[in-house]
Amino acid sequence: MNKGVALIRTITVVALLVLLPAMAGAQMELLNVSYDPTRELYQEINKSFSKQWKQKTSQTLVIKQSHGGSGKQARAVIDGLEADVVTLALAYDVDEIRMKARLLPEHWQRRLPGNSAPYTSTIVFLVRKGNPQRIHDWNDLVRPGVKVITPNPKTSGGARWNYLAAWAYALRQQGGNDARAREFVTRLYGNVPVLDSGARGATTTFVQRGMGDVLIAWENEAYLAVNELGKDRFQIVVPSISILAEPPVALVDKVVDRKGTRKAAEEYLKFLYSAEGQEIAARHYYRPFDKKVAAKYAERFAKLNLVTIDDIFGGWSKAQKHHFADGGIFDQIFVKQLKR
Amino acid sequence: MGLFRRKHAVLPGFGPSLGYTIFYLSVVVLIPLSALFFKTATLSWDQFVTAVAAPRVLASYRVTFGSALVAAAVNGVFGVLVAWVLVRYRFPGKKLIDALVDLPFALPTAVAGITLASIYSANGWLGSRLEPLGIKVAFTPVGIMVAMIFIGLPFVVRTVQPVLEELDQEIEEAASCLGASRWQTFYRVLFPTMLPAILTGFALAFARAVGEYGSIIFIAGNMPMESEITPLLIITKLEQYDYAGATAIATVMLLVSFLLLLSINMLQKWSRRFADN
Amino acid sequence: MNVAANMNRTNGKNGSNVSEPAWVRVLLTAVALGFIALFLLLPLGAVFAQALEKGWDAYLAALKEPDTLSAIRLTLITAVLCVPVNLLFGIIAAWAIAKFSFPGKSFLVTLIDLPFSVSPVVSGLIYVLIFGLQGWLGPWLQAHDIKIIFAVPGIVLATVFVTFPFVARELIPLMESQGRDEEEAALTLGAGGLQTFFRVTFPNIKWGVLYGVILCNARAMGEFGAVSVVSGHVRGATNTIPLQVEILYNEYSYAAAFAVASLLALLALVTLAVKSVAEWKINQTLVTPGSER
Repeated sequence: MNKGVALIRTITVVALLVLLPAMAGAQMELLNVSYDPTRELYQEINKSFSKQWKQKTSQTLVIKQSHGGSGKQARAVIDGLEADVVTLALAYDVDEIRMKARLLPEHWQRRLPGNSAPYTSTIVFLVRKGNPQRIHDWNDLVRPGVKVITPNPKTSGGARWNYLAAWAYALRQQGGNDARAREFVTRLYGNVPVLDSGARGATTTFVQRGMGDVLIAWENEAYLAVNELGKDRFQIVVPSISILAEPPVALVDKVVDRKGTRKAAEEYLKFLYSAEGQEIAARHYYRPFDKKVAAKYAERFAKLNLVTIDDIFGGWSKAQKHHFADGGIFDQIFVKQLKR
Repeated sequence: MGLFRRKHAVLPGFGPSLGYTIFYLSVVVLIPLSALFFKTATLSWDQFVTAVAAPRVLASYRVTFGSALVAAAVNGVFGVLVAWVLVRYRFPGKKLIDALVDLPFALPTAVAGITLASIYSANGWLGSRLEPLGIKVAFTPVGIMVAMIFIGLPFVVRTVQPVLEELDQEIEEAASCLGASRWQTFYRVLFPTMLPAILTGFALAFARAVGEYGSIIFIAGNMPMESEITPLLIITKLEQYDYAGATAIATVMLLVSFLLLLSINMLQKWSRRFADN
Repeated sequence: MNVAANMNRTNGKNGSNVSEPAWVRVLLTAVALGFIALFLLLPLGAVFAQALEKGWDAYLAALKEPDTLSAIRLTLITAVLCVPVNLLFGIIAAWAIAKFSFPGKSFLVTLIDLPFSVSPVVSGLIYVLIFGLQGWLGPWLQAHDIKIIFAVPGIVLATVFVTFPFVARELIPLMESQGRDEEEAALTLGAGGLQTFFRVTFPNIKWGVLYGVILCNARAMGEFGAVSVVSGHVRGATNTIPLQVEILYNEYSYAAAFAVASLLALLALVTLAVKSVAEWKINQTLVTPGSER
């Protein structure tokens, strides 16, 4: 019987613990729903922006972050996660938010400069120190015996960029056409021993588990991995051609209007394009949109031939449907490969 | 005599306890799960079949259910052994080992997966020793089984353990006084008493292994057609905003597990009646 | 009675007629310990080895991080809310199922098992289907400004679902193996229903109840898949310990990730202490009033 009293007491105490912080929250709050590799970037952006906001308006602004796979994050927003802004890996995911939940207008991507991408990135290779397999370009990845680590494009946004970059390379070679590109990609995935579900999982497999000879990764992720996990163990290889990745940012209109945070959210996105925001992006190895900042950090980013998804694939919706949907080319190459 | 019939009426609280059980079960389990069926029902029959019987999906059923069966069987044998040793024998560090059994529950599944992968990968503690022998665990179907054995072990141990603990040793003494050998006593007296608990443990370990996602993806390799588990395909469907397709596969898995659990529960009831006679 | 049985058991160790030959005992123990070492001790060691890779200071610093503290708080809240409701259900359901026979019993037991066989991801998904903005109740909840999913209530609901069967599943086989003779005897002697339960049934199932609670609690704190779907991953707000571990791991802070994970491993060791104390206390109380059995 004593037990029951103690239990009720515990529950009351805990209930109070849950409720109190909720009542104390009087300051303004923004939620930025983003994808995996941007954690470090937005931690710094948020700090700088709230400081600036405090100076301007003397209001305390708390910016909360949520990170995960891009598609999963988009789904959470569709299902009701109250994001004031989304900063995702692909425009396709923001388009899904627009179509499935109608939280933002059709022209969202034209509201901000550069297709709403304040920073861009590309796909490069990470190899073991000294480059023992002598990997210099995409065609080295399909050599027999080379083990390639890349995540599953069906579950990872980053992996879709990897796949499309390889496809674009094959297409741009002499005599390149869809059939050749398909064969190239098929051979490439024939060299993949593990398909992780996310970009960071693939990095771990390559770095911690020692699997594979080369990791296909975002440029900023490759630099982060080298800096965080060992300059003496890995090096970056830049291929002759790669894809221009434009991770878009967007205001979620319906949410900011309901929460009354539009002003702050708009300023937040503008801050990303400001000199300060651009510098922070460049320091985290994202290619800045601003020409001046880009010039300042030019030696950080290798020059290479970058193609866009619109040029080669006619936009995300098409690429998604053709390559990654169920029964699409990616599925076909796997079912075929195993029948052989 | 009359005693037998009165047996059912004597104990109080049947109505309220069963009523509450069904009520709580409905609120917490059945109503939420019905969402799964309603969502699946938005598909036409053809769409449903394409979703649940595509070659990759079929291959994933084989991988998932096959590995889960093996893992549950391994746990059935070793789980009972561990429970027996923990209840009956004395050895240094026994209490610590006893607590360790719960580890797979306490450790977040993702951590378990990462840890197992780090142990069994080619550069890991165990993987580097197995590799020269030609045994690869991490990133192969064997890795899936290892992860499933890990997460399922406590189910068998913890269902068998209380039964063993409450077991009256006088019965064993009586059996041995009557001339039964130790093995006969175990086989004829102890085993039938433990069987319901063993079956429960087996069924739960199996069911849990079938649905497991977090710990397996880190060690499985996830190659389509050979080491891709069904829960991963559900996630894949979700990534494409195909909720109905995802729930369709989930429904199939649920029905299969349900039928398996149901048959084991029936078997258990039958085995108890058999033991009683 | 209990004490007597314990003493009996202790005597049995010295090769009395109810135990196995010494070599069998040694062999069985060795095999069991080998299995445990391979599947439990090794992973546990790996967790702590990696947690302490950068030394004690780094370990403690990882635990003191504000986001980690808030994750610990949320996890504790979730467990404290989940375990009692499932405990109550477990005892009541086990009473109905184990002490009475009725048609459809196997079916009912199987329904109780269901949450085990539902993939954790799916257990989260069903709440999204119900409470999500595109789901059944989502628009209504939003209109009334009630947050369930991507907030604490959603996390609690998903955890209750996932841990639902533990106590019941632990008690049903135990109570079935005990039959109902003792309760019937007590009732014949004039005891009331609740009195019978607390004085006859409960002492018999106390270990089962304890195991059930321990398992339920451990799983409630360690659940990853289901919570991951309904949490929204907002740092410092809706992250539980397992989610925090994933975040740290994905930030390449491997040592910190394992440090936080080791908290949950320590939990298993703490429950052992709780169990031992409870065992000792119950034995103490049993000695004084004598046995009811």
